[in-house]
Amino acid sequence: MTESIPILETKNIQVKRGGTIILNISSLLIQKGEILSLIGPNGAGKTTLLQSLSYLLKPFEGDIFFKGKRVNQNHSIFEYRRKLAAVFQEPLLFDTTVFENVASGLKIRRMNRSEIRERVMDHLEQFGINHLKDRSARTLSGGEAQRTSLARAFAIQPEILFLDEPFASLDPPTRESLMGDLQRALLETKTTTIFATHDRFEALILSNRIAVMNLGKIVQIGSPDEVMNHPIDEFVASFVGVETILMGKVVKKNGGTFVTSVSSKEIEAVGEAQLGEEVILCIRPENVILSSPPSKELTSARNVFPGRVEKITSLGLYQKVQLNCGFPLVAYVTHHSLESLSLKEEKTVIASFKATAIHVVRRKGK
Amino acid sequence: MALIFEGIKKAFWLLITCDPEVMRITFLSLQVSGTATLISLFIGISIGTTVALSKFPGRRMVVSLINTGMGLPPVVVGLFVTIFLWRNGPLGFFGILYTPGAMIIAQTVIASPIVMGITLAAIQHLPEKLRLQILALGATRIQMVWILIKEAKLPLLAAMMAGFGGVISEVGASIMVGGNIKGYSRVLTTATVMETSRGNFDIAIALGIILLVLAYFINLILTQIQQRERPR
Repeated sequence: MTESIPILETKNIQVKRGGTIILNISSLLIQKGEILSLIGPNGAGKTTLLQSLSYLLKPFEGDIFFKGKRVNQNHSIFEYRRKLAAVFQEPLLFDTTVFENVASGLKIRRMNRSEIRERVMDHLEQFGINHLKDRSARTLSGGEAQRTSLARAFAIQPEILFLDEPFASLDPPTRESLMGDLQRALLETKTTTIFATHDRFEALILSNRIAVMNLGKIVQIGSPDEVMNHPIDEFVASFVGVETILMGKVVKKNGGTFVTSVSSKEIEAVGEAQLGEEVILCIRPENVILSSPPSKELTSARNVFPGRVEKITSLGLYQKVQLNCGFPLVAYVTHHSLESLSLKEEKTVIASFKATAIHVVRRKGK
Repeated sequence: MALIFEGIKKAFWLLITCDPEVMRITFLSLQVSGTATLISLFIGISIGTTVALSKFPGRRMVVSLINTGMGLPPVVVGLFVTIFLWRNGPLGFFGILYTPGAMIIAQTVIASPIVMGITLAAIQHLPEKLRLQILALGATRIQMVWILIKEAKLPLLAAMMAGFGGVISEVGASIMVGGNIKGYSRVLTTATVMETSRGNFDIAIALGIILLVLAYFINLILTQIQQRERPR
């Protein structure tokens, strides 16, 4: 694809509340079809940024350009909003049937009845809720309601979709199945999406780019690989690396196991994956074993890497050791092990973990 | 006791025979209070929604005023409407004092703050993000307000019942601005007051029963609509 005008561009967005700046984004470029996740702790400014970008939060400074044209100058705010759709944490459904809810955005646009019917039915099916079409929205479960809300947003066929923690109040199984449906819908429609979440997994599974936010600023923005494997500072590292999460590409298959290349190191994991596929590897810190450098004795661990101790933090009963093995790795050790290995910062140790200890997440759905 | 019993008997007789005077009074009551309720719905919902959705200095004071207005004493309303419509008053040139028109005005003044106050609370009670969601669906401001009103329809029907209940049972203002003129501005409440003062308890009881039955049936119809809307 040739370099095209970004679908959304912002310049010097600033939001103040009571004299203090709560959001300060110097620039942000979003290309058509891109899925950008905003991650960060509560209060980082994710929602404020989403609401500013969608012009739902009025008193902000700065400019937003939609396809190169300035909103509120070349485009009216109203015209701009008609190109968007938003889904919030709460489903915010209207007190009517599921069908009417999904149709609401189209009715607002005064589309003709037969067209509305056709489109609503398509999107009810897309989210597996056609059997609920005549049900009152007030009687739906949390998952069903959020599916309706997503179907309502997709029915508009927006050019940009804003998702503000849409799964935050759902239970894990519902969240997982809804994520799958959303992922499929996004792949099918190639809708440009900005997705705020505090769940790193959701961000990793869905997005092409991740922006880590803190205190109203974007601290780091880049591909999932860059952000997860090369956090720019301690905040990003601590936010994305409570446990080790690595992005890798499958380079070899080995009957039940496969080898992924992570920052030019090879890590072996158990599971099914295609050659060339991008996968997310999650390693729990308690599954990483540390030993002193000369001892490279044979163990059942398939992954053994020398690494430098970057930081040791006490977590009460045990210590958290952050290592740099060419990729970041976190291990938990007891005080006793810390002493017997005489671990300290800058020291080199051998880290090992079994192929079976890696939790593999495949990025592209089925 | 015999007096009450006798009264109830006479009341039923008047009702069964469809006494023309009683019927005329009943229809005028419905006409005046119905019209006043409709006008106050228009005023109350428009202003109530506007105040609920806007931010301006002194908003709290306005909201307090509306809430105070919900309990406006009818005699005070009657007094001021009389002064305004008095021959030498600011609106005296209309010449409508002691007419059903004057009663509609007074009852509208009583019912509007009731509808306004309930509308204000109902719209404010909707989730704040619902407004953002409606705008994000591409609605114009007018479409947004209309959708919000539809979302608040259950409390708005309650506002309608409260407004109608307030004016159909009101006597002070009606007697002051309507004058209780036989065959012209006599309504159920003013007639009940007059007949009671004359000692005609049977007619007064009949009028009282009609008033209660009327209020009951109108509320029954509105409740039916309201409860039908409630999802099962």
